[in-house]
Amino acid sequence: MATALASQLNTLDLAQPLPLDSGKVLPNVRLAYETYGDLAADRGNVILIFHALTGDQFVARTHPITGKPGWWQRMVGPGLPIDTSRYHVICANIIGGCMGSTGPADLAEDGQAYGMRFPVITIRDMVRAQVALLDQLGIDRLHAVVGGSMGGMLALSFAANWPGRADCVLAIATTARHSAQNIAFHEVGRQAIMADPDWRGGDYYGGGRKGPEKGLSVARMAAHITYLSEAGLTEKFGRRLQDRDAKSFGFDADFQVESYLRHQGIAFTNRFDANSYLYITRAMDYFDLAEEAGGRLADAFAGASGTRFCVISFDTDWLYPTAESRNIVHALNAVAAPVSFVELSAPFGHDSFLLDVPALDRVVKGFVG
Amino acid sequence: MSLRPDLAKIASLVPQGVRVLDVGCGDGELMDVLTREKHVDARGLEIDPEEVERAVARGLSVIQGDANRDLADYPDGAFDVAILSQTLQTAQRPDWLLDQLLRIGRTAFVSFPNFAYWKMRMALLLGGRMPVTRHLPVSWYATANIHHLTVEDFRDLLAEKGVKVEGCWFFADGREIGSFNANWRAEHAVFRLSR
Repeated sequence: MATALASQLNTLDLAQPLPLDSGKVLPNVRLAYETYGDLAADRGNVILIFHALTGDQFVARTHPITGKPGWWQRMVGPGLPIDTSRYHVICANIIGGCMGSTGPADLAEDGQAYGMRFPVITIRDMVRAQVALLDQLGIDRLHAVVGGSMGGMLALSFAANWPGRADCVLAIATTARHSAQNIAFHEVGRQAIMADPDWRGGDYYGGGRKGPEKGLSVARMAAHITYLSEAGLTEKFGRRLQDRDAKSFGFDADFQVESYLRHQGIAFTNRFDANSYLYITRAMDYFDLAEEAGGRLADAFAGASGTRFCVISFDTDWLYPTAESRNIVHALNAVAAPVSFVELSAPFGHDSFLLDVPALDRVVKGFVG
Repeated sequence: MSLRPDLAKIASLVPQGVRVLDVGCGDGELMDVLTREKHVDARGLEIDPEEVERAVARGLSVIQGDANRDLADYPDGAFDVAILSQTLQTAQRPDWLLDQLLRIGRTAFVSFPNFAYWKMRMALLLGGRMPVTRHLPVSWYATANIHHLTVEDFRDLLAEKGVKVEGCWFFADGREIGSFNANWRAEHAVFRLSR
C-alpha cells in the first residue's frame, strides 16, 4: 500500500486473529472502512453496505486513486434512497481486497508480502471480519445490511450466520451459490492472470516489478462482458468501428466494443491487485449457502425468520439470473421470513444495480425506510 | 382510504393479529389496511412488477410471482388466512388455486365477479355480445378473465370438493345486498371457506 494512499484511508486493526473457514487463522487483520452520516446516540441507525468484487469502501465518496465518484453515489447520500441524513452507513473493504484491508499484497509476519501465501478465504470469512469490526466499533445491532452482486452474497451470509443482528437484509442481483457458469468465467480470469509471466507465482510485489497487468486486464475484460447484456452491448456499440472508416485487416481494436473493453481492462489494473482478484473470485466460487447448512438453503436461514428481507433481480442479468433470486426467496418463504421480491426491468444486465434504474431507487427507499 | 366493498368486507372479517397471505395483492391496499387496523402479519403475492414495486415501497412484504405456479412452494398451513380477491376468474386452473389456498391457509377468503348478475345476463341476451360493464370494462379478446363463473358455479365446485362455506356476502352497485337470489342480484361475491 503506497504511503500517500494509506494516509487517506480510515482503518482499524482487529484485536483478535481472525479464524477462517479453511481452519487457518489470519493474524494482524486490518480493515479499511468509510462511514457516511452521523451515528445516532443509541447507535440504532446503522446500515452496513457490502461492496461487490471490484468495489470498495468508497460508496459515496470520491475514489482516492481514480478520482471518480463513489460507486453508489446515486443511491447513498442525504435525501437519497439510503438516506445518510438519517442513517449511519458503514462500508468496509473486504479482507483479501486491496483498498486498505488485509490482503495478499500486505506483509505477512515474516515481513514479506503474502502473495500466494495468503490463506484462501470465503465469503463468510469476509463477513466474520466485518462482524469483528462492528464489535470493536461497539455496534451490536444493524438497521440493515445491503449488498449487490458479491455484496449480496455477504448480506445473505451475514443474515444466515449472524441472525438477529440486522433487522433488514437487502440483496440485489445476487445468488446463494455460484453456478458452474459463474465459476467457469472466473476460472478464465484467473488463468489469464496466472498465464502472465509477470505474475511470477504471485510474487511480484516490490523491486519495481509491474505485476501481471496484461493478465489482470484480460480477466477484467472477460468479466466485464458478463456484467452487461447483449442488448446493452448492441445498443452501446453495435458493430461500429473505432476512429476509422473501414476494417484494418489487422488486430487493432477495429470495433468500438474492443476499444471499450481494452480501456476497461487497463483502467482496472491501476486500482486493483491481481492476487486480490484471484482470492476474491475464489471466495465467490466457493460460496454455497445451502452447502454450509447441510444442503438445504432454507436451513441456512433457520434463525433468520424474524428478519425482513428484500431480494431484487434484473430481467437482463444473465450472470445471476432471476431464478437464483427466486431460489433465495423460496428458502426464505419456507422459514416464514418476511420477504419481498421483485424482478425489475432494466436494459443494463448485471450492472443494472449500479446504474440509473428509478424503480430500484423506489424499492430500496421503500424497503430500507 | 376507502377499500372496494368486497375488500372492506374481507378486512372487517379477518381476525386481529393473524398471519395473512394475500394472493394477487396488487399494490398492497388491503394488506396495508390489515396491517394497520388488524395488526396482522401480512404477506403478498403479485404478478405485476410495478404493483410489487409500489407495495414494497410502502413497506409491505410482497413477492413477485405467478399464483398459478408459485403457490405450490408455500408450506402447508403457513397462514391463518389466505385471501384471493378478484383473481379466481383469471387463474389457469381455479380449482387447483382453490386447493392451494385451503392447503396454505386454515381459512380462505375468495371474492369474484358474478357473471350471472342480471345486467350481464340481459346484456348477453339482448345485445348478443359479451358484456362490458363498469366492473368488467375489458372486451372479451383482451380480458384477463379466462374462467367466467357464477355464484352457483362456485357453490357447485365447493360442494364437489367438500369445502365448507363459513359465510358468504354479496355486493351490487358498490354496496352489500342480501343473499336472496344472489346469483341474479350480485355483481360480486365474497366467500369465507375452510376444509
